[in-house]
Amino acid sequence: MSRPTKIENIRRECPLQPCTNFSAEEASCTAAPWDNRRVDYPDYLRNDKMPTQWCSGCGAGLVMKALIRAVNELQWDKNKVAIVSGIGCSGRMSSYLDFNTLHTPHGRTLPFATGLKLAKPDAHVIIVTGDGDALAIGGNHFLHACRRNIDSTLIIINNFIYGLTGGQFSPTTPVGSYAETSPDGSLEPTFDTVNVAIAAGATYVARSAVSNPRHVTEMIKGGLAHSGMSVVEALSNCHINFGRRNVSGKPEELIAWISRQTVSHDIARYMDEEQLKGRVVVGVLHHVETRPEYVANYYEKAAAIRN
Amino acid sequence: MAKAAIDAGCRFYAGYPITPSSEIAADMSHLLPRVGGVFIQMEDEIASMGAVIGASLAGLKAMTATSGPGFSLKLENIGFACMAEVPCVIVNVMRGGPSTGLPTLPSQGDVMQARWGTHGDHSIIALAPSNLTETYWETVRAFNLAEEYRAPVILLLDEILGHMSERVELPDPSELEIFNRVAPQVPPEAYLPYATSGSHVPPMANFFTGYRYHVTGLTHDLTGFPTEDPEITEALMRRLDAKITDNLNGIIKYEETHLEDADIAIVAYGSVARSARVAVEQAREEGMKVGVFRPVTLWPFPGKQVAHLASHVKGLLVPEMNLGQIVGEVERVAGSTPVVPLNQANGQPIPPSGILTALRYMERK
Repeated sequence: MSRPTKIENIRRECPLQPCTNFSAEEASCTAAPWDNRRVDYPDYLRNDKMPTQWCSGCGAGLVMKALIRAVNELQWDKNKVAIVSGIGCSGRMSSYLDFNTLHTPHGRTLPFATGLKLAKPDAHVIIVTGDGDALAIGGNHFLHACRRNIDSTLIIINNFIYGLTGGQFSPTTPVGSYAETSPDGSLEPTFDTVNVAIAAGATYVARSAVSNPRHVTEMIKGGLAHSGMSVVEALSNCHINFGRRNVSGKPEELIAWISRQTVSHDIARYMDEEQLKGRVVVGVLHHVETRPEYVANYYEKAAAIRN
Repeated sequence: MAKAAIDAGCRFYAGYPITPSSEIAADMSHLLPRVGGVFIQMEDEIASMGAVIGASLAGLKAMTATSGPGFSLKLENIGFACMAEVPCVIVNVMRGGPSTGLPTLPSQGDVMQARWGTHGDHSIIALAPSNLTETYWETVRAFNLAEEYRAPVILLLDEILGHMSERVELPDPSELEIFNRVAPQVPPEAYLPYATSGSHVPPMANFFTGYRYHVTGLTHDLTGFPTEDPEITEALMRRLDAKITDNLNGIIKYEETHLEDADIAIVAYGSVARSARVAVEQAREEGMKVGVFRPVTLWPFPGKQVAHLASHVKGLLVPEMNLGQIVGEVERVAGSTPVVPLNQANGQPIPPSGILTALRYMERK
């Protein structure tokens, strides 16, 4: 059953409405210096699982490629890497990547990841979730994983909707948006993922968007290289379940809609509140090395107790 | 219990404070860092169960402890451990329920929850010791069974045992028989994580050891990847059940007291079995021929043994600190032998006098 969508209406009311005054200069600034190291994608994929189950044009694929490039640039041993995912479209990613992969119940990625990392401190633990998985059902784990500052990287693919279950509104669905469970427009205010992560204690927090895959790669790479809890929010397109009801059912148009809202951190700091209205700042938004990393801290203290 | 866990090789504990099981966490937080293990207090019960599974996948023997409301929350991830076959031990110190119930008072109200609490068809192992020495031995056995059968093992205590002080005799840990999970004998490229040969339990590769495979809560094939194929699904579901139900001899444990000549048998477990034993001594002094059958393994239920017992006695008395849970299992196998439930769910232990009264009533009938 499809409900009538009032696209023009949502375009007017949505606080994330397109910003048209996005200069070419601004656009180019979101692109980070590019490492042209050749990436042998099949080497990181479970090729017998291709093609993916994601809809054609889904941003999750772009995030997966960015993640592969980031791991490749760091030249990590695949045997030492774990990918932990939850339930939702993002959860599929663990099946496709040739690492130690763990597909947990809905929202439980971070507790499972905590167990893995504590048991094997030299492992690289990467968590891939979505906005519903990480921020709604997994919201409590999100806060406390940030607070503990365990060396791991949480990638939140934020597509503004519960995609796999057919398009119900999520904690990041813009107010006024249409979803299967908000046929008259969503009432709920949204989470500011980045500021929640910073307030909770994450030590590397970045935001990016699939409209700039190179930037996504850079943000993820920075998170992987960071020793401590890193959170990377990747704004992504679900043109099927969010776009068709709200902006556009075409991936390129929804990605353009996301792109037009983003503004680089480097530029945003010269913009005033009025200019930043309706814009989403991307870049490394928080990076500190001052808080102790939990796992190293635990093992150090335990060794001291034994001696 | 904490000492038993350490002696059994447990090196990871994740928990959340809850009465009356917090003492186990307190002991583990002291012991684990001193033996090179890891203790973590998580943000909630769900998270502590998740961390236990993660740590076990990475190769550590792992446990958690909780009580009623916390056990309800853990059941989601216990189901994951059943499905993905991740060894772990969960202690549930049963207290009065439902909901917040009677946090400081004993109960046996979670017996059926332990069996069927997580959704979907699954088999489960649950052990119910009745004194502190036995709690030590059953904790060691819980870790061994978890590793041997790649399954979550639940230790069902009640608040009486949880807060009891009594003299215990503990073995030298070096003399314990310890079972460790079977590692794959094939190289990573030939490893099928859920393929079995000769037994129903597949060898288990720990994460980060070169075997890069997929672990999921979805129904999966031998490679570990999701499938909806009806034949593969049926085979998986049957195997998960069979690995427990085809190995009853290796899992079931029980104790029989004065049953040789008994006309009436009491089926009792946990702390109630202590009262039952006292009642039996007194009843014997009164000339009644009664004995006690005490399942130590509650799940899988020793149905065959109880059926055999039922065919030799005139009646079965099943006292429980609940409104009747294991009595259903007894009735299922008792045939035409009368089964008398004796239930109390008011937070108070069932005293020997209560059981004795029931025995006199049955004797008169």
